[in-house]
Amino acid sequence: MGEINGHALLFLFFGLLTCLFSLAVVFSANVVRMAFYLILALAATSGLHFLAGADFVGAMQLVLYVGGTLVLLVFGVMLTAQNPFVSLRTAGGDWIVAALVGGILLVILIPVAFQVGLPPSEASLMDRRAERETVVSTEPVSVPTATRIGLGLLGVPGDDVSGYLLPFEIISIHLLVVLVGAAYLARAKRRVASDARGGVESGVAESE
Amino acid sequence: MRRFLEAARELLQRVGNFDKKTRRVQVAVSDYLISHWGWYPLLVHTLMALLAAALVLLVIAGGSVLFIWMERKVAGRIQDRLGPTRVGGKFGWLQTIADGIKLLSKEDLCPAGADTLLFRIAPYVAFCASYGSFIALPFATGWVGLDINVAVFFVVAVLGLEVFGVILAGYASASKWSLFGAMREAAQVISYEVPLGLCIVIPVMIAGTMDLTKIGNLQAGWFTNWYLFHDPFTFITFFVYYTCALASVNRAPFDLAEAESELVAGFHTEYSGLRWSFFFMAEYGSMFLVSALGSVLFLGGWNGPFPLAQWIFGQHASELSGFSFVIANLLGLMAFMLKAVVAVTVMMWIRWTLPRLRIDQVITTCWKYCTPIAAVMFLGVITWQLFGLPSGGDVLPYHQQGVRRLPGALREGPFDTAEVLYAPKKDMLPAPKDSAVDARWHARARLASDRKGE
Repeated sequence: MGEINGHALLFLFFGLLTCLFSLAVVFSANVVRMAFYLILALAATSGLHFLAGADFVGAMQLVLYVGGTLVLLVFGVMLTAQNPFVSLRTAGGDWIVAALVGGILLVILIPVAFQVGLPPSEASLMDRRAERETVVSTEPVSVPTATRIGLGLLGVPGDDVSGYLLPFEIISIHLLVVLVGAAYLARAKRRVASDARGGVESGVAESE
Repeated sequence: MRRFLEAARELLQRVGNFDKKTRRVQVAVSDYLISHWGWYPLLVHTLMALLAAALVLLVIAGGSVLFIWMERKVAGRIQDRLGPTRVGGKFGWLQTIADGIKLLSKEDLCPAGADTLLFRIAPYVAFCASYGSFIALPFATGWVGLDINVAVFFVVAVLGLEVFGVILAGYASASKWSLFGAMREAAQVISYEVPLGLCIVIPVMIAGTMDLTKIGNLQAGWFTNWYLFHDPFTFITFFVYYTCALASVNRAPFDLAEAESELVAGFHTEYSGLRWSFFFMAEYGSMFLVSALGSVLFLGGWNGPFPLAQWIFGQHASELSGFSFVIANLLGLMAFMLKAVVAVTVMMWIRWTLPRLRIDQVITTCWKYCTPIAAVMFLGVITWQLFGLPSGGDVLPYHQQGVRRLPGALREGPFDTAEVLYAPKKDMLPAPKDSAVDARWHARARLASDRKGE
């Protein structure tokens, strides 16, 4: 009883934090403050993940969104800012578009939220994939989520089902191509530099 | 009095005898309080959480006090000076305390043009990131704030947030020196994170788990079982990890964000007093953290260089129970702390030996050297595991098996053989004992036989 209460209390706490900071993102005008509130909102979301026992997803949330993306975002803001503190004014039309998109998402999400927890229908139980899932779901919660995610993604060893290995590989190759392309676009262009500038300057440009 | 003694004895018994799988002190103590003393569970859990948090805070705060003193002494000795000698006796023991009092009494300034909110909050962000990552760091078997099975990932994820405090501080100060520091920090982050991640993945791959407690216990026995000596590739990986870890905690030669000879004091130019000291608590905290993480991943964690518990008690510390478990774990804690403190001392040694790198040199070091080296080491370790080549642990007895020979493990049993903490006999994969694993194993076997039947 007490434990359930504590769990609910923490859920409420993290949920409220997420909502509060999300609203703060929307209503603040300063870009860096927005980024800061966004970090807090996403960190609170990862707290919800940890609370639900999905610690892998929670840590992933911290690494990807909070650690990676937002550092880059702030870095970008600092590189491109013309005045000390950049502020954004949202135009009236943007509010309408944002409300529309957000409203549609809300309409989709609310029914989904109420569907969670219902047992799978008989039709889905007949499906082969669903059978695999029911086998997975008979496992107790104590089995590490990372193991389950890994097995689900790459297939269960010993089984002849390959999981999502092929899509995974395709995405990795795609990302590699993007990285190589970005490096190609960003490299120092020697010929142009030596034509346009003097010898010393082009040397500097090359070394950069 | 007698009742109290009996209660204490009972509690000690429980601390030793609790569930062998989790080995968590908090669980044992809170179970005892709830079942014997009839305390309200929510209160007990809150108390235990606060206790764990206070202990971790003690490690950071006490660690910073010690490390700052050590930093001065080490710097002094390296520069042929004595370092602090007056405050608190011959060796200047109380120098840090005196500094702390000085910092407390300083005025808390905020520059006129600054973004006040972010400026005030930034030191706490840095400190909380450093503090938060300690939650998942085990100090010995079961002596951990929060026992999560992706502990490695969690620690790295949360530690990565410290950078954000630095960047925020630099940006919100409205000072060009601070902004330069923050920019350098951001450029540094994107260069060290990739090789650091690659290096951390390697021991995780050898162990077959991301649980730090299990990774540490898989290296039990002689020092040859440490992943540092697992194969030549892991040996090189450790040094790459150490370099990247040095960059991740902004220590010289990677202290570009601070660069006191170029940028006044970099990102913390505008800070004073207690807020300034929070940055340093965070820095020393994360120095200790990356050293401790390195010692769990590569240097056997709380396992000493020789199997002491095996000689005295006939079993590894994680297998023991009762009073001997507590003793063995205390020895393990000492070994762990010693390794981490030595690694921190080497960081100080490096700081006072090497000159600071330029930002382009940092990027070159991380992207052109550390990343390719780590990638090659990664492939090398994969190959080593794939062919089941002999590891350093094969040299001496008490070999730790785990899922070292991964392909064999994949053929013969599920991943969860990594659950087995200690396997004294070589080349024998134990059958899954655990009921959860068992259930899944049977379900999977059933599924396979169903398929064959079709």
